[in-house]
Amino acid sequence: MPVTQPTVDSLRDRFDNIVESEFRGQTRVVVPRGSAFEAIAFLKEERGFDLLVDLTCIDYLNYRDAEDRFGLAYLLANTSTDERLTVRVMLNEPDLTVVSIVPLYEGANWMEREAWDMFGIVFDGHPDLRRILMPEEFSAHPLRKDYPLQGRGERHNFPVLTRGEA
Amino acid sequence: MAIELPENVVVSKLDALGSWCRKNSLWPMPFATACCGIELMATGASRHDLARFGAEVFRFSPRQCDLMIVAGRVVMKMLPVLQRIWQQMHEPKWCISMGACASTGGVFDTYSVVQGIDRFVPVDMYVPGCPPRPEQLIQAIIDLQDKIQREGTIDGSEFSSVTRQQRKRALMELPIIHQPSQTVSRTN
Repeated sequence: MPVTQPTVDSLRDRFDNIVESEFRGQTRVVVPRGSAFEAIAFLKEERGFDLLVDLTCIDYLNYRDAEDRFGLAYLLANTSTDERLTVRVMLNEPDLTVVSIVPLYEGANWMEREAWDMFGIVFDGHPDLRRILMPEEFSAHPLRKDYPLQGRGERHNFPVLTRGEA
Repeated sequence: MAIELPENVVVSKLDALGSWCRKNSLWPMPFATACCGIELMATGASRHDLARFGAEVFRFSPRQCDLMIVAGRVVMKMLPVLQRIWQQMHEPKWCISMGACASTGGVFDTYSVVQGIDRFVPVDMYVPGCPPRPEQLIQAIIDLQDKIQREGTIDGSEFSSVTRQQRKRALMELPIIHQPSQTVSRTN
């Protein structure tokens, strides 16, 4: 079920520069980076969005009509009214820092680690911001659009075992 | 000088006898990471019955194995594990690279998938296919048995021959890139 109008209105009353749009019955709001944490906290505490369905990131490099580089998407749901809302925060280099929402949703822990690993988004206040998928010594963020598909040679750097050594 | 042998006595070389024992009691180490592992299981199961070739004893401890079957793609994070398991196995040991992914990376030519395990560990037998049929794997094991019987020595000196130390052709054509290790930038 899409989000109800009172929810969007209350969000707009409370915060400035909220941009609302709709696509095929799905509502999304773009929130300025500075008030992202407060907006999500408001949605959780006041509007009952108690479930963080997903937290992911999109790289809009070379995307037509795109103005910002990264779009961080929070997919929220209200389990008692079945409302669903996508909150999006646009980020641009060089400052890719947002406030971590782990204090609000415990489940955001690994999702934020994934966004850091794959896109290099830094979550301020995250309790344990390490890579979650790639090896620790990996130096890049491979899901960025400017990262080559075959990598930058990271997968080649292992010792070669020959018959004599083993 | 004809020597009369008693009945049921065969004269052979110790090398041939040792190789004969080894080739008929290969204990595989299943390093199954992907769909090739399903075919590997089918090979060991009743229909194809790897026990006919003395190789049915799959052991999950590398200390007890002498044949590593790498079935499936190996990613960057898995390769140190693979190398460690290979080093934990006792000599004499052999390696079968099963399927397109283990041999060449297959369709997964991405930043994280190793393009053929023979770039980093020695491989004795390659099995083509995506995934290979159990018959193909059995054929590879038979070929490996022939190779063990043909080249094997009781002291394992065939493993230190010059040809066995040579790098694979794929490795020479796609050289290892030595990057200066960058420090992982991490805030917080």
